[in-house]
Amino acid sequence: MHSRDSIVAEIPRLRRYAHALLGEANRADDLVQDTLERALSRWRLWQPLGSHGTPRAWLFAIMHNLFINQLKAGKAVEFRPDDELPDLPTRPTQDDGLGLRDLTRALATLADDQREILLLIGLEELSYQEAAKVLSIPLGTVMSRLSRARARLRGVLEEEAGGGILKVIK
Amino acid sequence: MNSQSVPAPIGEDDLHAQADGRLAGPRRGEVDHWLASHPQEAGQVAAWRAQNALLHRAYDNLLDAPLPARLLGASRPARAANHWSWRIAAVVSWLALGAVIGYWLRGDVGFSSNSRSLASLPRQAAIAHAVYTPEVRHPVEVGAEQEAHLSAWLSKRLGAPLKPPHLENAGYALIGGRLLPGEGGGAVAQFMYQAANGQRLTLYVRNDASGSSETAFRTAQEGGIRVFYWLDGRFGYALSGESAAINSADLLRIATLVYRQLNP
Repeated sequence: MHSRDSIVAEIPRLRRYAHALLGEANRADDLVQDTLERALSRWRLWQPLGSHGTPRAWLFAIMHNLFINQLKAGKAVEFRPDDELPDLPTRPTQDDGLGLRDLTRALATLADDQREILLLIGLEELSYQEAAKVLSIPLGTVMSRLSRARARLRGVLEEEAGGGILKVIK
Repeated sequence: MNSQSVPAPIGEDDLHAQADGRLAGPRRGEVDHWLASHPQEAGQVAAWRAQNALLHRAYDNLLDAPLPARLLGASRPARAANHWSWRIAAVVSWLALGAVIGYWLRGDVGFSSNSRSLASLPRQAAIAHAVYTPEVRHPVEVGAEQEAHLSAWLSKRLGAPLKPPHLENAGYALIGGRLLPGEGGGAVAQFMYQAANGQRLTLYVRNDASGSSETAFRTAQEGGIRVFYWLDGRFGYALSGESAAINSADLLRIATLVYRQLNP
């Protein structure tokens, strides 16, 4: 497959990740657009990071760097859940008590680096090694950060569901 | 590992890997066995799995969503010397406009020299689509397994090089192609594609030989068939699918794929 085509093929996944990371469609697509422009300007430098032979991990690494730069530059990239999400037809029904609105709210309470690792592993299904390369951190840090992110998300979701172990008795 | 040895102690990394489906073979069984007697950790693994599932339910719809034109534009290299990229950028912007304008103008307004040949294109393509896509045993004359032959044969009959585009990225596999009679005795090629769910698309290619011309993408609705069509050089192209099976955003996306492959 042509390199450019292989980049185009990753756009839906980049959008999914950016949307979950930022919580809002317009800014997510801005980040995807910046990522694509950066990637296309240097796609000859692409070295496969993952085992798939796709530029996926490389693109996520570019997106991560842009995201970090935005945070450093103090631009408002805070997570802002948008309102249309809970009305999607994929909304869970009776199988769990957690609506998608609860999820987006819970994600908003995570630190940026925790949200990144949680989404790269849990949503984008990168291997731990790939996530370490994408984020330029040691594997041990991936595991400890993932652990904290999952514990925090679990706590918040259970709190929101109101019936979990963290339910506050007044 | 010999079966007598004591398994390595189960650590938290094993539990994450279990939740993420990243443990292989014997280790997976060991961790499962261990979890059976550790209900608290088992509950943790289950909760992490539920988190992953919830994330997918919340965001997987974006994988099938139509791509905004600005992202397709951003994925083209911005080099002034590359005419190809400018053509793509032009097509992508025309796609958005053409989809709307083309709909309103279909068949109603003359388009100077292109209008006559262009006007009949979607109708001919839709008819060919309707006739051949229901075929179970003989949808095509030459199958995709003989792609080189298919390409050579249709190129010869249409009098210009023609290769079937590949649409696997959009979920459609090439079945093959056939030769059809065109208006005024010309030859027409039809390529057929099929998705995993059995839905079929056809690409109708006509050599108009009326000189070089280029139009924006246009859409037409012929009966229950949705058609995207355009002229490019000597060829007229029409991509058809059942309206009930494919929405116009998806068909547009695939038309873009087709265009890109025909104009490498």
